[in-house]
Amino acid sequence: MRQRPNYLAGLASLCWLVLIGLPVYVMLGASFQSQSDFGDTGPLGWPAHFTFHNFVYDFQNGFGRYFLNTLVVTVSVVAIVVVLVPPLAFAIVRGIGRRSTRSVFRLFLLGLAVPAQAVIVPMFYVMSEVGLYDNLIGVILPTAAFCLPVCALILTGTMREIAPELFEAMTVDGASTHRVFFQLVVPLSRGGLSTIVVFSALQAWNGFLFPLVLTQSESSKVITLGLYNFRTQYGTNVPGLLAAVLMSTVPILLVYLFARRALIQGLMGVGGK
Amino acid sequence: MVTLAASTRHGQRRRTRRPVGTSAGRPGIAWALPATAFFVLFAIVPLILVAVLSFASWNGLGAPTFNGLDNWNKIFDDPVMIKSLWLSVLLTALGVVVQTPLSILLGVWAAGSERNRAVLSAVFFVPLLLSATAVSILWRSLLDPNFGVPSQMQWLFGDGNLFGSQAGAIGVLVFVSAWQYTPLHTLIYQGATRAIPEVLYQAAAIDGAGRVRQFFNVTLPQLRNAIITSMILMIVGGLTTFDTVLILTQGGPGTDTTISAYYMYDKAFKGFDYGAGAAVALLLVVVATVISLVVVRVSGFDRMAGTQEGVS
Repeated sequence: MRQRPNYLAGLASLCWLVLIGLPVYVMLGASFQSQSDFGDTGPLGWPAHFTFHNFVYDFQNGFGRYFLNTLVVTVSVVAIVVVLVPPLAFAIVRGIGRRSTRSVFRLFLLGLAVPAQAVIVPMFYVMSEVGLYDNLIGVILPTAAFCLPVCALILTGTMREIAPELFEAMTVDGASTHRVFFQLVVPLSRGGLSTIVVFSALQAWNGFLFPLVLTQSESSKVITLGLYNFRTQYGTNVPGLLAAVLMSTVPILLVYLFARRALIQGLMGVGGK
Repeated sequence: MVTLAASTRHGQRRRTRRPVGTSAGRPGIAWALPATAFFVLFAIVPLILVAVLSFASWNGLGAPTFNGLDNWNKIFDDPVMIKSLWLSVLLTALGVVVQTPLSILLGVWAAGSERNRAVLSAVFFVPLLLSATAVSILWRSLLDPNFGVPSQMQWLFGDGNLFGSQAGAIGVLVFVSAWQYTPLHTLIYQGATRAIPEVLYQAAAIDGAGRVRQFFNVTLPQLRNAIITSMILMIVGGLTTFDTVLILTQGGPGTDTTISAYYMYDKAFKGFDYGAGAAVALLLVVVATVISLVVVRVSGFDRMAGTQEGVS
């Protein structure tokens, strides 16, 4: 009874496909044509003469620096998350003190409801006070902190799936807590670990709000901020702008090609946000 | 079935644990400490500070000084602020109205096991991968009054300046948000639809229900929890929308799309009145939390009513 094609939903999904494809098509088309050609053919035209001039132009205007900064932020945020969350999730799932670990878990669940927008004013105040304003470290720390609730939720879910018998077997053999963690918990949580890596990387790569209010100078700009500035300063150079947008999305699309499963689970993690 | 499995597992653990000793190989609270300290320092402390700063005056230099309720009086006396609250609610409501039916339709469709559906849903998720910045810039360029599509299709867009009127600007914001976030909600509905037991459809078919009746009498009621989850996400997300507004409309024309989150940014980081910004931020958190709680309470989500009574 469910085999009969569903024409209504099928039609809706085709319309949706066109709507998703349109901006992607315009982005690709515009990135590879000169500004004057773009003006002639309009946004929906396909380039007659392919050119890489826009990409060169972007690099001449600091794109390389932005790219490097974003990479530093992303790698650092992922590193912090990967170091902090597994022991936390282990303690929540297997901890001795039932009451204390439960209240820790509750704190992180509560944290899910706190939007980053709510804390930008005090964050600016704190980072100026401790001298981390306009410093990438000042961006990395809060970005990592706001990844923690979702990542903790994802990883505790994964660790709860580990059969209790395995823990018992290891303790009977006299394994220490550290050995249980490194030889049992970590290897068996690989799926969840890759999900939190992808999730936090995506959050860091696409982050805009913290860099916007916590950095200022050209040398500490990340890509998203660079795009924003680029738009306000050279708003008329649409091909140059769209080429930069294209370059900013390429790494994510590559990850999507190779790690689709982990990424989709990571995005469902955003669902918890 | 799921709960049954979980309870036997707990039972087993309790039974086999006793002879071994309660704490051997188990982590102490110290294992949770680094992450908790980090989170408290960079998320909870700022949240407390936002409350403190909302009663203080600070212009970005020197030390904040307490000024009692001045900030609160100021923001509630500002007609732009009151307007921004209504605009936030309006944009959020429009987002829910546009995205919910669309994502239910797409999610139920994508839940099917056909190959073409799997491929198409892989494409559907692409907008979610892009930063809100990239998405907003892309659509801003596409809808630009001078270089964009509207200038070429005046039969459809009139004078082509979508950003020149309040209705046009709100329409663009709702559309772009829907473009970016519908895939997320589609994902939620896809997962929830796949979890509906086939038995229910078989039973409905035996009772002679057609596709439409099956959708309204089986699928939709079974998706109740997913609908609530997705609506709470839309409400919290909608009330805190910021990047999109900053890039697409800058709160304009005039203050016609200045929603509260943008008003907060504008007050604090453009007007250097950080105390007022903190007050607006606190207000937003409270409003979002209250609305979410009301949705949970009204829908009975907190009573955790199962949707699968009598199935197993």
